[in-house]
Amino acid sequence: MESVGDLERDLEGMREYYSQGKTKEASWRKSQLKGLLTLLKEKEEDIFKALKQDLGKHHVEAFRDEAILPKIAVLSTAEIVPEPLGLVLIFSSWNYPFGLSLEPLIGAIAAGNTVVLKLSELAPACASLLANTIPNFVDNKAVKVFQGGPTVAEQLLQQKWDKIFFTGSARTGRLVLSAAAKHLTPVTLELGGKCPAVVDSLSSSFDRKAAVKRIVVGKYGACAGQACIAIDYILAERKNISTLVEMMKVIIKEMFGGNPIESHSIARIINKQHFLRLKNLLEDPNVKASIVYGGSLDEDHLFIEPTILVDPPLEAAIMTEEIFGPLLPIISLEKIEDSIQFLNSRPKPLAIYCFTKNKSLERRMISETSSGGVVFNDAIIQYAADSLPFGGVGESGVGRYHGKFSFDTFSHEKAITRRSFLTDFWFRYPPWNAHKWQLLECAYNSDYLGLLLVILGLKKPRRGSYQPAYSH
Amino acid sequence: MAAMEETKVGVDADAASRLVKELRDGFATGKTRSYQWRVSQLKSILKMAEDHEHDVVEALRSDLSKPELESCLYEVAMLKNSCSLAVKKLKQWMVPEKVKTSITTFPSSAEIVPEPLGVVLVISPWNYPFLLSLDPVIGAIAAGNAVVLKPSEVSPATSSLLAKLVGEYMDNSLIRVVEGGVAETTALLEQKWDKICYTGNGRVGRIVMAAAAKHLTPVLLELGGKSPVVVDSGINLQVATRRIIAGKWGCNNGQTCVAPDYILTTKDFAPKLVDALKHELEHFFGENPLDSKDLSRIVNSNHFARLTKLLDEDRVSGTIVHGGKSEKSTLKISPTILLDAPRDSLIMNEEIFGPLLPILTVEKVEDSFDIINSGTKPLAAYLFTSNKKLKEQFVMTVSAGGVVINDTVLHLSVAGLPFGGVQESGMGAYHGKFSFDAFSHKKAVLYRSFAGDAPVRYPPYTKGKLRLMKALIGGSILSAIFALFGLSKD
Repeated sequence: MESVGDLERDLEGMREYYSQGKTKEASWRKSQLKGLLTLLKEKEEDIFKALKQDLGKHHVEAFRDEAILPKIAVLSTAEIVPEPLGLVLIFSSWNYPFGLSLEPLIGAIAAGNTVVLKLSELAPACASLLANTIPNFVDNKAVKVFQGGPTVAEQLLQQKWDKIFFTGSARTGRLVLSAAAKHLTPVTLELGGKCPAVVDSLSSSFDRKAAVKRIVVGKYGACAGQACIAIDYILAERKNISTLVEMMKVIIKEMFGGNPIESHSIARIINKQHFLRLKNLLEDPNVKASIVYGGSLDEDHLFIEPTILVDPPLEAAIMTEEIFGPLLPIISLEKIEDSIQFLNSRPKPLAIYCFTKNKSLERRMISETSSGGVVFNDAIIQYAADSLPFGGVGESGVGRYHGKFSFDTFSHEKAITRRSFLTDFWFRYPPWNAHKWQLLECAYNSDYLGLLLVILGLKKPRRGSYQPAYSH
Repeated sequence: MAAMEETKVGVDADAASRLVKELRDGFATGKTRSYQWRVSQLKSILKMAEDHEHDVVEALRSDLSKPELESCLYEVAMLKNSCSLAVKKLKQWMVPEKVKTSITTFPSSAEIVPEPLGVVLVISPWNYPFLLSLDPVIGAIAAGNAVVLKPSEVSPATSSLLAKLVGEYMDNSLIRVVEGGVAETTALLEQKWDKICYTGNGRVGRIVMAAAAKHLTPVLLELGGKSPVVVDSGINLQVATRRIIAGKWGCNNGQTCVAPDYILTTKDFAPKLVDALKHELEHFFGENPLDSKDLSRIVNSNHFARLTKLLDEDRVSGTIVHGGKSEKSTLKISPTILLDAPRDSLIMNEEIFGPLLPILTVEKVEDSFDIINSGTKPLAAYLFTSNKKLKEQFVMTVSAGGVVINDTVLHLSVAGLPFGGVQESGMGAYHGKFSFDAFSHKKAVLYRSFAGDAPVRYPPYTKGKLRLMKALIGGSILSAIFALFGLSKD
């Protein structure tokens, strides 16, 4: 890792490069984005290998979730200039190391900024691949990539940036925001939370099956639940739970086979620390007793099989902390409408998923709860909807991106007003008197008729006498 | 925030915490969500401003010796306009925005739904204490939030008037005023808010943001900076000069965040400009501007001392070419012009926020752009010129919150423009619909049907599914068909 002195020199160099104006040119931005597209195409196999190494991700899941999205972003950005902010710092995360690095990077470049990208050390093969390939596909004077852990992050945070974009936990998000406050640096924080799936009674078996498939994929098929928008837990009416659980068991077997670790279709847990954290969530005897499916852990392979729990205690850590793993609690309610109060008494999540055909519940869910976003009858997929802003509220985040919102988040919208020298109203200027005052009032209220009448002397002053300090 | 005297601590941490809880409970009832409630509160603000214009003028006279016309126009009328606009457009603003969806989520429909953030804190400054207190409050209410307003203690008459009027006219279960100084503000900042709007200086802006960071609270910071005026030759000098004077001394005697701070012009043009300024200044404010009722005084002795110190600095006092008079007992400083004060002097590095106008000369007018960009980004940048190319160059290369060609300050009243800074001059923007947006969360909502379920999404994962997905994302129907039939070359 570079010394602080080297880092500051590097950043100085980048600011100098930025001030030359190159990054503002449309042609430069297009060439950079093309470079990233080429990177994705040429390095696809290497990307899959790295993801397999770091996370045990199946390459189809990897393609679906990581290789696709940045391409979409490239296809939909394009517009030129409000104004770049300058020098931007992006922190990406370990769970979708390509998507969460490249998507913000694309937005920052499209907006004309110079960028420092700090990769997560928890996905070392991916970080190494990105750090070695990005410099070959983009302008090195404008884009720099850093690997490393918390020490590197701290050093970077001490510098002055024109914007910081952070994806990660709320705890670290607070640290980033505090560091940014010293320099009045604007930030976008993409955090997380406990994203609930509210599952209503569905009369059609076709709908029920589709819902369960989407729920299972929205938990275990999303980096084994290690995703900010993975379904964290389910809320359902007591009378529906046993059917729900049975259907889930069937679907899990269909998708992942009898011995899930052999399917190679579920990511493993990122590292020992997180594995033990998840193991710990199940240690509480009341939580352990609520397991109805799965629950086996393979510490050597950092693998946890798809697990379902029914009604663990609400005060247990598994129900108060973001799970970020393949453990799925189902909480029973008397009636499904109770979910609204349940959600409102907890921190605002990044997404609320609601499986229902009841229009009234739909309306109430939107108008009476608050979350980054809401998805009806599906999960995770909102990430692919580029016309929708992606971001949290409250504990789940600050700011948003995706599609044009990425461009906007890395831009300053400069307001421009142009005036001519003609039409200068003499009554704009002191010394003030009753006559000018009246004219100004009319002008202010866009009362053009009144203005005319006053000028022609046909309108009496509304106010009492006004004594100027001196007469001119 | 320079408090003039230590007031007894009105609101401490416990009281602040109880206040926030009360407002959260009020917000949880859902009352603020309704269009009716929001419109009724906005209309109450309008009525308040109409019924009590005289009281506002008196309070501003007491706090700032603000000329009656400035109070009526730049505080009351502007506030009323902002409020009327919100009343007129609120229904429109509240409507969810439908957005297009693509093949990746087919079939689906989507919309962006604005919703209130919850309980919001507005901290306002002393220079436009009426307008800058209530204008953000209008935005917060329009967006459906509960609000606590903390007016500046440096303008105590207006602060106390606001407390009284808001108590009388508005729904106190959801909208409150807390008066006080540093102690009260600190107690408030320790609480968890859903948004904080602060208008003031960068030093306190950092304190506000640091406090907000502990709770992951988003902030709207309206700060300031040194807003430069570049004056080219070949212009209508009389009109330009008047507009500069109106923007500088005609707006609270220079104590305005977007007041022209200093001028940049060529060595050749400077003498003409100085003469024109002197001439128009006398026309506006008479021979003895210290006696003119058309100039605000300096707000308090702290700022008076700060400003006179800027003039007293060693190599600066000799560069005064006009004015330089002050009267401590009335806290008045006359319009003062300086020519080429040293670049490293305080007056050339700190935001002046007063009636002193330094002129810096350059060889050619384009040199001024580099000088501006070498400093921190200001809230506003002004250019007077008839040269089209220069205008475009200015707009493209000078970074500031807002840019005005051939006038000053006016851009604040253009309802369709966002008002906010960048870098040191602030973050976020408001005015008009931007106010509504600033205090809203724009919730992304995606509606999916149960039909149209593509098996490619689900494990077990196969090569065939990968091919199909690639084809679909590539957007090529032909490849998709080939993949479906297993005919692709991969």
